[in-house]
Amino acid sequence: MSVELDVFVGNTTIMDEEVYQLWLDGYTVNDAVSIRMKSGILEQFGTTEDVLESDTMDHYRTFQMTERLLHHPSKLVNQVLFQIPPHRQAMLIERYYAFDEAFVREVLGKKLSKGTKKDLDDVSAKTGITLKSCRRQFDNFKRVFKVVEEMKGPLVENVQCNFLLSDKLARDYAAIVFFANSRFETGKKKLQYLTFEDFAFCACQLIQNWTVGAVDNMVEDMDVDLDKEFLQDLKDLKILITDKDMLDQHKSLVCTGLRGKIQVFNEMEGNFKNLSRGLINIAAKLTNTKDVRDFFIDLVEKVIEPCKADRWLISDVRAFLTQYTNSARALDGFKHQAVWERYMCVIKSCILKMYHD
Amino acid sequence: MPGKLKVKICAGRHLPVMDRASDLTDAFVEVKFSNTTFKTEVYPKSLNPQWNSEWFKFEVDDEDLQDEPLQITVLDHDTYSANDAIGKVYIDIDPLLCSEAATVICGWFPIYDTIHGIRGEINVSVKVDLFNDLNRFRQSSCGVKFFCSTSIPKCYKAVVVHGFVEELVVNEDPEYQWIDRIRTPRASNEARQRLISLMSGELQRKIGLKVLEMGGNAVVGYLQCFDLEGESGLVVRAIGTACTLDKISNTSAAQLPACNSPSKEIKEAPFSEDPNPNTHSSGPSTPLKNQTYSFSPSKSYSRQSSSSDTDLSLTPKTGMGSGGSAGKDGGHLKTLLRQQTQSALEQREFPFFTLTSFPLGFLIHAGGVVSARSVKLLDRIHNPDEPETRDAWWEEIRQEIKSHAKALGCHAVVGYSESTSICEEVCILSASGTAAVLNPKFLQDGCLDCYSENRLEDTSPPSCGFCHIPYDELNMPFPAHLTYCCNCRRQKVPDVLFTTIDLPIEAAVTGKGCLIQARLCRLKKKAQGEANATAISNLLPFMEYELHTQLMNKLKLRGMNALFGLRIQISVGENMLVGLASATGVYLTALPAPGGIQIAGKTPSDIAYEQHISNIQKKINDTISRNKELYEIHPLEISEEVIGSPIPEPRQRSRLLRSHSESSDEVSELDLSHGKKDAFVLEIDDADAVEDILSLLTDAPLPTGFYSCNTENMPGIHNWTSSIQMFTTVRVFRLNNVNVTNQGLNKCFNDLCENLLKSLYFKLRSMIPCCICHLNFTVAVPEDELIQVAATAVAMTFDKDQSQEILKSNTAPMKAISENEEQLQFPMELSSDSPSVQTFPPSKGTGLLENASPQTIQGTSRATSVDYSSFADRCNSWIELIKLKAQTIRRGSIKTTPSLDKASPLAEGHLRLRSTPSCTDSTVTVVKMTPLSFIPGAKIIKYLGIINMFFIRETTSLREEGGVSGFLHTFIAEVFAMVRAHVAALGGNAVISYIMKECVFMENSNKNQAQCLINVSGDAVILIRESEQEGVPIQTHGSTNQTPQSGGAPVS
Repeated sequence: MSVELDVFVGNTTIMDEEVYQLWLDGYTVNDAVSIRMKSGILEQFGTTEDVLESDTMDHYRTFQMTERLLHHPSKLVNQVLFQIPPHRQAMLIERYYAFDEAFVREVLGKKLSKGTKKDLDDVSAKTGITLKSCRRQFDNFKRVFKVVEEMKGPLVENVQCNFLLSDKLARDYAAIVFFANSRFETGKKKLQYLTFEDFAFCACQLIQNWTVGAVDNMVEDMDVDLDKEFLQDLKDLKILITDKDMLDQHKSLVCTGLRGKIQVFNEMEGNFKNLSRGLINIAAKLTNTKDVRDFFIDLVEKVIEPCKADRWLISDVRAFLTQYTNSARALDGFKHQAVWERYMCVIKSCILKMYHD
Repeated sequence: MPGKLKVKICAGRHLPVMDRASDLTDAFVEVKFSNTTFKTEVYPKSLNPQWNSEWFKFEVDDEDLQDEPLQITVLDHDTYSANDAIGKVYIDIDPLLCSEAATVICGWFPIYDTIHGIRGEINVSVKVDLFNDLNRFRQSSCGVKFFCSTSIPKCYKAVVVHGFVEELVVNEDPEYQWIDRIRTPRASNEARQRLISLMSGELQRKIGLKVLEMGGNAVVGYLQCFDLEGESGLVVRAIGTACTLDKISNTSAAQLPACNSPSKEIKEAPFSEDPNPNTHSSGPSTPLKNQTYSFSPSKSYSRQSSSSDTDLSLTPKTGMGSGGSAGKDGGHLKTLLRQQTQSALEQREFPFFTLTSFPLGFLIHAGGVVSARSVKLLDRIHNPDEPETRDAWWEEIRQEIKSHAKALGCHAVVGYSESTSICEEVCILSASGTAAVLNPKFLQDGCLDCYSENRLEDTSPPSCGFCHIPYDELNMPFPAHLTYCCNCRRQKVPDVLFTTIDLPIEAAVTGKGCLIQARLCRLKKKAQGEANATAISNLLPFMEYELHTQLMNKLKLRGMNALFGLRIQISVGENMLVGLASATGVYLTALPAPGGIQIAGKTPSDIAYEQHISNIQKKINDTISRNKELYEIHPLEISEEVIGSPIPEPRQRSRLLRSHSESSDEVSELDLSHGKKDAFVLEIDDADAVEDILSLLTDAPLPTGFYSCNTENMPGIHNWTSSIQMFTTVRVFRLNNVNVTNQGLNKCFNDLCENLLKSLYFKLRSMIPCCICHLNFTVAVPEDELIQVAATAVAMTFDKDQSQEILKSNTAPMKAISENEEQLQFPMELSSDSPSVQTFPPSKGTGLLENASPQTIQGTSRATSVDYSSFADRCNSWIELIKLKAQTIRRGSIKTTPSLDKASPLAEGHLRLRSTPSCTDSTVTVVKMTPLSFIPGAKIIKYLGIINMFFIRETTSLREEGGVSGFLHTFIAEVFAMVRAHVAALGGNAVISYIMKECVFMENSNKNQAQCLINVSGDAVILIRESEQEGVPIQTHGSTNQTPQSGGAPVS
């Protein structure tokens, strides 16, 4: 005797969150059944393996049928096939678009192309996440990217509006889209210690301050691209390191301000010119797309690593960057205050965020 | 030209891509009714076209209006080749023809294609202007209301219950016509869908005509089925109960459902003439006033029907207030009454009622189940206009049922239903029902006028009256063991009672009920024609016998003594017959406690064997006591002495008189029920059989927190909370073993059913504590070695803590009745009052008392205290969530240009806040569905018409669609979606009495093909939450036997 056909359809679609997670994680029906069995569900409800298998199959079918709708969450809300209460819909969408930290770190800043998708089996092998789940996450990234890439208006809100995600998840996706668009390098060994959250924070800073939308958000523009004009203006900051007098004056102002206030004063004093050169050179090079990609590498190599080598505390870094930014205002002949502030506020918060082990 | 149908095509959304090059569609719409077709403009290059067409007007006969469905076809325009059909929508416009149902059909309908399923939606508005008084046209029957529900619809009262209506129409099945050889399967399936839709309309119209002829205005318990007879044709048949219903217009009256219309006495009460509705604001706490105003004169004048003048009401004088008059001169009156009833019913060809629950006082006695089956060989229907053969077949069966009922001393059959099972050219026709004695007052117009003042013979309280035997104990139609009723101790009751109806709400019950199934398979040799039919005929009695035995044993094993909602289904396949009987077992307080089961070995020679037997006996005894615990069956111990000395039965004489008119020589169905002894003793002839019997008897126990039944109400559970989950489940099993034996087959089938139940319990575990209601399995044998089981049921949560409390308070008065002499006298007192009504001019007080009290009883017993607050909470949080969502979305949309299309979440968010569905509304209305006639925590305020839909789905890419399960899963979900959409378009938010009448699944895995055909029906309704009435029904609930006293207070 064998079961040829076995279906269960509810007027209100029944969806077990636990099975949904197993499905999202890319487990096969058989794997899912054995995982569920390990949870002791059989004993708890006094049931048998075939009941569990039938239940899992039903759920998997339902999820497969909903998947097409989940690709366009606004369709899920408006579809007629499944009657799902709004809070369940929100749960389905949120979980479908959720991603694994390990996975996103592998893909962040990479081009969301077919080539990358082909490499997903490596990612899967490396992270231990099933290939199926990797593909879903990758496709989510790509889908969101495609939809909001050319769209006008604020990125986060575009994501939220089109994919009905929570605030937090929408911001994460904005970061992913932003990184993918500018192709920031995040995979280098030196950057491995950084978490997705670090990058997402930095992305948020960049979006808020360095894109065209940052200046005037009513203007029709794209939030994903950096403000070209601003990047051009950054070249003017070079004066801070090319003008010898100004460099010296800047250094003395910073030293005066920090004396006795930081533990690594001597190291700071000795290293000031290097640090300042590093920071200004990053700014000056941002007009080149290649250098934009290396933005985070540069921050780590030019600023964070030297400081770490001298055992600066994070409070020292904060004090230094604050003083460094503010002192420039007092410099005679420095006329790029606005650009300077716009540049440094992002640099400061990024470095502080990234300054950890 | 009595009608103008107007149709407007507004817009489409989510259309499929029809042009691969542009990824878009150039859609237009054809609107067809009868022979007229209109077209919209082509809306180029869009998946969300906005046609905004003019109103297309069809001027048509009302006959066509009833028969024809509105057919809407969405097509993709193609300049060079033929236009491609995207899909179709059939809209049944019948609900618009009845003034009390829907007034406009307007909403988003899924566009359905037999190959691709749902492909987007289309927004359509439909209106009908009727010109003439339609009653003059005898070919049409516009205005007759149809209800699938097998009880009197909640916001109506039954003025007269006229009786049985039936009709059938036949046609050739398009799939078997010669043209099918040259057309695509898709075309033939579409032709079938269209034809069945047309035939359903015609059938409904013809039934409506019969109802009008009988003087009724509605059909309740309407059951339409179709038989796919293959080569020999397609039969669509329907049965129902014709009634004259009056709408309870007053809202407060509606809140006491199935409310009785006031009697004449009330009409004469001076203040009842006061039509001022404002005074009514005193609220539902004063039942007297409600009663009065529900009968405001303005309303009775507005009714044109003659029946309202005579005002034949469901006057509730029957149950409680009876006994006294019978004591004095009841003898001859009763005989008269009986004759009256008899003649009232004999005027009808078939005194059958498809209802399964009744207004209080309607059902006097239930005799037992009557059923009849016959095996027929199908032949081609030569003249579709005169389907005499099929009519004659059913006629034959109904006659048999009628005579069975007569043999049981009953003049009517209630809970009546008919079904067929077809395999190739053999067809089993089955009919079953419950023989019953009914109160004639409901049945005929003239009857009440002469006899309304006379009390009925029934002296018994309603909690047990229906159990009393209707047949004569000296002239019993079958051997049965009779005892005096344990409740009133006045009349005789049988030891067990089987019925097809729902448990009457007023019945006294001990403990909770449970689902009982008997399952059976029998092998049959493959044969052709006559030989096959004979073989089947020969097997049928054995199957019925065994099913009956199984039911009886399982009932005893649960310590119960009555079955309700019994459905026995026997399906025929090529090489086997499958039988499945489902019922809800219950312990009726009135019936004697069931004895245990004794095992008797046939070869009592060796000791080991005897040991074995006694082990089994012990197991059985343990099971019985465990079940008693589980179902809380703790009947009062009634001492033998009391039973031995019953209260003298005053009407022995009349009982004898009555027996003359009865012929009890008819062979009754219950003859199978072999006398008492057999039911108790299981004889075992060989050791193998022992295990089999044991395994068959001991079904897997219910998981804690679960109950199940196959009836409308679950005995012993009253306090439903608002959470419900309706579902459809289908399973097909393949029997691989080549050499199957009957026993092996039985075990397979038994396991199948048990596993299905287990799966349900597991799936619904999040709803615990809950009860799965209306759990009826449908079996079929689609192919040689396949067995298909399908079920549509609803799981409803209830409040466990409250349940115990209410159970106590509920049973306490019932017990009190049986214990306390004073209480017993109460109904007598009431009725000794009542003759005064007969002789003197009716006093206002008595009239009110009589009418008000039972009404309250009904109200309370239905109210079944619901957890309103949690329902409200849940709804609130839902709305909060929606609002929240809308807000976030709106916030996000500030910078978005408004060029986003309609389906964007922005529009959605806004629209979701709107509560009433309108034409432009793009939301998907939440539609609740249930196979029951009510939804807990909500009140039905309007019936919008019947939903009767038929779909065929086919595929040629079975594997790609997820195999057979994936295919059927999608299809069932689509059927739900289409039902919901149609209900929403009618302005409704729920479907009640929903059933899946047919699910025919065929597959050919080798060809990667499958086809399925589903027929569903139900009543579309508008529900509102009951929360505003919180407290009132709960308060009155459970105080059943106190209500008359409080109602009587104004008299003194």
